[in-house]
Amino acid sequence: MIEVRNLYKSFEDQDVLKDISVSFEQGKTNLIIGKSGSGKTVLLKCIVGLLEMDRGHIFYSGECFTEMSAKEKKKIRQKFGMLFQGAALFDSLSVEENVRFKLDMFTSSSHAEKTKRVNFCLEKVNLKDTNLLYPSELSGGMRKRVAIARAIVMNPRYLFCDEPNSGLDPQTAILIDQLIKDITEEFNMTTIVNTHDINSVMEMGEKVVYIHNGEKRWEGSNLEIIDAENKELHDFIFASGILRHLKKDEI
Amino acid sequence: MTLLQHIGKYTLLINRAFARPEKPRMYYIQIIREMVALGINSIGIVAIISFFMGAVITIQTAYNTESPLFPSYLIGLAARDSIILEFSSTIVALILAGKVGSSIASEIGTMRVTEQIDALEIMGINSAGYLILPKIIALVIIAPFLTLLSMIIGVFGGWLAGVSAGVITTPEYIYGIRFAFIPYYITYSLIKSVVFAFIITTVSSYHGYYTNGGALEVGRSSTMAVVHSSVVILLFNLILTQLLLS
Ligand SMILES: Nc1ncnc2c1ncn2[C@@H]1O[C@H](COP(=O)(O)OP(=O)(O)O)[C@@H](O)[C@H]1O
Ligand SMILES: [Mg+2]
Repeated sequence: MIEVRNLYKSFEDQDVLKDISVSFEQGKTNLIIGKSGSGKTVLLKCIVGLLEMDRGHIFYSGECFTEMSAKEKKKIRQKFGMLFQGAALFDSLSVEENVRFKLDMFTSSSHAEKTKRVNFCLEKVNLKDTNLLYPSELSGGMRKRVAIARAIVMNPRYLFCDEPNSGLDPQTAILIDQLIKDITEEFNMTTIVNTHDINSVMEMGEKVVYIHNGEKRWEGSNLEIIDAENKELHDFIFASGILRHLKKDEI
Repeated sequence: MTLLQHIGKYTLLINRAFARPEKPRMYYIQIIREMVALGINSIGIVAIISFFMGAVITIQTAYNTESPLFPSYLIGLAARDSIILEFSSTIVALILAGKVGSSIASEIGTMRVTEQIDALEIMGINSAGYLILPKIIALVIIAPFLTLLSMIIGVFGGWLAGVSAGVITTPEYIYGIRFAFIPYYITYSLIKSVVFAFIITTVSSYHGYYTNGGALEVGRSSTMAVVHSSVVILLFNLILTQLLLS
């Protein structure tokens, strides 16, 4: 479980996050939703410590992350897996080397054991036999999947995904969402996913937090979200029009 | 940002780069890679430039000293000293600042804007150490060899040009480059090359590491890396010359 308490974050002239308190549950895919520029990425980066926050506390399974020493932070980060918006694969390394990287850095297993683990993870994301390709040779969806394989290679307890399906076609997007959901359940991780995609919300939003202008405006599940009594959230959800029709039909 | 703030931020970054590695073996692999990428790949340009500079220096010295009172072998001596003292360390460093500096800044800058640096940090890896330290070590090791190579090729270029242009004979040239030879000049030049290598790698890494934005900013960082490395090299050239030769 991850708990955020009274988080504030500002850049020079702009308050980006204001008094965010929320908890994310283990074994579930927790979503942070909101339109572009609402502060999702900044929130996620504050949670994992890539950005310093101005005020507030983050707890990982009850342990206060904010007050940890640099050494302790480094240690707990080995239990993190993160999927960045642009995949952020290391350009100079092959697919296999990308996925192996963390194993090489932090474990002393034999080469064969590591290879086995790498292949297991690549199989999980349906990318068998791509080991020797380089990131520049992959499609957007494949890169995202390699990034997922890299994120889960050391059995993380916490998985963070920033817009995992941005820039992908709808079918691939759904596959990626499914994959994240399945992995989360299978390995009982605490997963936080940033998205502005309503399909994802419906697909995997067991717990949804809605951010608007840097403030938390709503939280609940995807089942409750259709009937939420919140003007901005309502506009956000039904922006597509199709859903609006569906809702009318339902009534 | 003021100059003082830049220097402070730079110092903190380089300090972080020298933190204890997570896994030394991974760093060794990086050092070897960087030695190839930064050093071996620069041999060509260093050789070409050294050859032509040596040639030009010799011919210019010859035409500037056309006097019966001036023995020809002194042309060899003058060419040797300018090559060893100034040209093979400083000019080669400036060339490397252009070639290596821009490539370091754009590589690290691209990693910054595509979140690859964040990806390293989130794994619990000291990104400054992993990305910067191997580059520093690699260039510091390889720069003295490039400088030595440049001296040899420069002196050779001087000989070839001098003899082909008919301004000096081979025995005179050889006598000249051995006449009143001070071995310390080579040491001096190699010390300078090590300092310059450190300046190029650290200043360029600094600009790459703190790139903010996108592709446009990566280009800007890379230009700034070259400009600032060159200025700092010239400044340190003055300081080191004063310190080491006086
Ligand atoms: N490094 C930064 N410096 C200054 N402002 C930033 C920085 N990162 C994000 N912001 C600002 O914070 C706000 C939220 O951005 P972000 O979290 O990226 O939005 P999104 O919800 O689309 O992920 C934006 O207005 C953005 O301009
Ligand atoms: Mg974002």
